[in-house]
Amino acid sequence: MTTETIPAPRSSYAPPKKRRVNWEKWGWLYMRISGLFLVVLIFGHLFVNLASGAGVREIDFAFIAGKYATPFWIVWDTLLLWFALIHGANGMRTIVNDYAHRVVLRRVLLTAILVSTVVLLVLGTLVIYTFDPCPANAAAGTLPTFCPVK
Amino acid sequence: MPENSAGTLAPQPVAKPKIKPPRRLAGTLYRGREGMWSWVLHRITGVSIYFFLLVHILDTSVVRISPQAYNAVIDQYKTPIMGLGELALVIAIGYHALNGLRIILIDFWSVGARHQRLLFIIVILLWIVLVAGFAPRQIANIILEAQGHPSA
Repeated sequence: MTTETIPAPRSSYAPPKKRRVNWEKWGWLYMRISGLFLVVLIFGHLFVNLASGAGVREIDFAFIAGKYATPFWIVWDTLLLWFALIHGANGMRTIVNDYAHRVVLRRVLLTAILVSTVVLLVLGTLVIYTFDPCPANAAAGTLPTFCPVK
Repeated sequence: MPENSAGTLAPQPVAKPKIKPPRRLAGTLYRGREGMWSWVLHRITGVSIYFFLLVHILDTSVVRISPQAYNAVIDQYKTPIMGLGELALVIAIGYHALNGLRIILIDFWSVGARHQRLLFIIVILLWIVLVAGFAPRQIANIILEAQGHPSA
């Protein structure tokens, strides 16, 4: 019986790779954390706008002006806009990655999701923070009661 | 098959496989059952809610143009067809939210994955309760609006 000799490896072991940010992991975690917030934000939104009082029938410009008269719903709607749209866009990104196999098609779809998300986040945020409850171009009978009489 | 002698090494007739196709409805590609169908429903409701959200941000932005323009848009939400659309939206959001909580429990709760089937049954039951609570209110509002009753 002879002693087995193990030849030296032909190459040294690979140097440890540079650790990069695991975006896929953070995206996965974001879906769960934002999901918890969205359960509260969306059901609150649905309850006030669709279920309580006369539901959708009582929504008009004056109703919105009444909600935005206090910072509460401004903050609520801002969180809702950002959490929901990014949550939805990330979900759509996952679905595109799953089903759009052609490279060009996937690029086009992912770019469309990114662009629409950025545009709608900017638009929605501007609408919330530049909202004027008593605009000068209002037709008669559309303004909330707290507006000064012209 | 035991081999007793060289004589039995001759080719044997191939026995027919005894595996039967699954009898229950189990899908064609994936495993079926609660695990797959909960995922399919989560995707369908998610995509539906996403496209509604895109439209909803745009229609709400009309509030910045003028009160009468916004009122004209929001009046569309009060028609019977859109009223049923809102009911469908609440049904979709209700499922997506409850099943999303189930996913969180499966991922982070130590025994969540073991009870995923039970959790799915709970999701469906809570979903039914939620829809049963909202649907009568919404249908009443659709009928009242169609009859021209004042809202306030």
